[in-house]
Amino acid sequence: MGIVSPGFKGRPRSGREKLPPGQYLVTDFPVLSAGPTPRVKTGSWEFRITTETGEVHTWDWAAFQALPAEEFQVDLHCVTKWSKLRTTWRGVSLDTLLAQAQTSAEYALARSYGGYTTNLPLADLLDGQAWVAFEYGGRPLTPEHGGPARLLVPHLYLWKSAKWVQGIDLKAKDEPGFWESLGYHNYGDPWREQRYWGD
Amino acid sequence: MARAAVLGRLTWQVGQVAQIREETATARTIMIDVPGWPGHAAGQHVDVRLTAEDGYSAQRSYSIASAPGRDRLELTVQRLADGEVSSYLTDVLMPGYPLELRGPIGGWFVWDPDAGRPTLLVAGGSGVVPLMSMIRARAAAGSRTPFRLVYSVRSPDTVLYAAELAQRSQAGDGLEVSYVYTRSAPPGAQVRVGRLTPVVLAAPGWTRQDAPAVFICGPTGFVEAAASLLVKAGHDPSVIKTERFGPSGGQA
Repeated sequence: MGIVSPGFKGRPRSGREKLPPGQYLVTDFPVLSAGPTPRVKTGSWEFRITTETGEVHTWDWAAFQALPAEEFQVDLHCVTKWSKLRTTWRGVSLDTLLAQAQTSAEYALARSYGGYTTNLPLADLLDGQAWVAFEYGGRPLTPEHGGPARLLVPHLYLWKSAKWVQGIDLKAKDEPGFWESLGYHNYGDPWREQRYWGD
Repeated sequence: MARAAVLGRLTWQVGQVAQIREETATARTIMIDVPGWPGHAAGQHVDVRLTAEDGYSAQRSYSIASAPGRDRLELTVQRLADGEVSSYLTDVLMPGYPLELRGPIGGWFVWDPDAGRPTLLVAGGSGVVPLMSMIRARAAAGSRTPFRLVYSVRSPDTVLYAAELAQRSQAGDGLEVSYVYTRSAPPGAQVRVGRLTPVVLAAPGWTRQDAPAVFICGPTGFVEAAASLLVKAGHDPSVIKTERFGPSGGQA
């Protein structure tokens, strides 16, 4: 616990939702991105998985849309402290996308249109924990929130859920992504408050 | 990459409020002495943590307004309606109070004084705060790197740092400041009221051919609009760095 701030009362405590440490609840959906929003047309969109041996699997928008999709409801936790609960999405599970990949890699690097990258252990993308999502709240995902499609890995801070996702590289060795190279935690578990290096 | 952006472990530190300066009717600058503050790069922010007597705590991020320096930093905080932390910082906090913080945070939205590249700063409302740190850092370094601040405000009475910006832009060392008034302009001023336009952004010396580094900070809608205008005008998206807040993102 920190030192007491004289005169600070804070919001009412009763009925508060259980949130990860240091987070607060929002009902809107803030947008945080490091640069201009890329405008990616579905006509030229492609999603590519590359394994550590160079094996490549690609889907254009039509092929991606033909995959079995799931509707799911998850809580979002952003490292900038806001959390949004019970958001509804539609997307393709990474279990489906990775089913054909022959790999013994332990790490993944997600790459986005616009150049963004983020890294995570491959295990965190499997077993129903991650999706490539293309609908939010029953509507096509807008560019501000990562449309046409974004990665969604809701058990980690939201910077791991790469907007405008273009592909995933499977790697034998871990390689820090964009924010992970700029002071943010390599793994980013909100329940352990892994915001920054050393947390 | 700026040196201070390379972070070690970030521990919570207890600063003491040295002084408070009212900037506008709804914003104030808090000067905090933080013994052992490691310094920062212009554009970085800190996390502030408030703790109630029953142990309840709340954290928010605030941009640093001051130039890089040791042991003292300045945060400018805009009071938000229903802002749990901002209302405490703007209404309750007084000189002498302790304030817990950790940082500096963020290695992307930072100005590198060694780059020497013309730099276009685009601010919406209190998004001017980290950009002011860059302007102050430039002055402190004695740099004459061309800087231009395009600062969008609702009305003249919401301008942060008005006197200081006027003084610095008249110093003749390469800082220009242009205002965009979205609701009302100063009385007698020959400026139109309205949103940021391509014409305002494309001033002579600041087009895509001049290839300035660009920093945009403000509310989400403003940043989206400003970044889109610059990309449409041919600026390379990879040199445009943005920091968005709200409706309840970074700066509540």
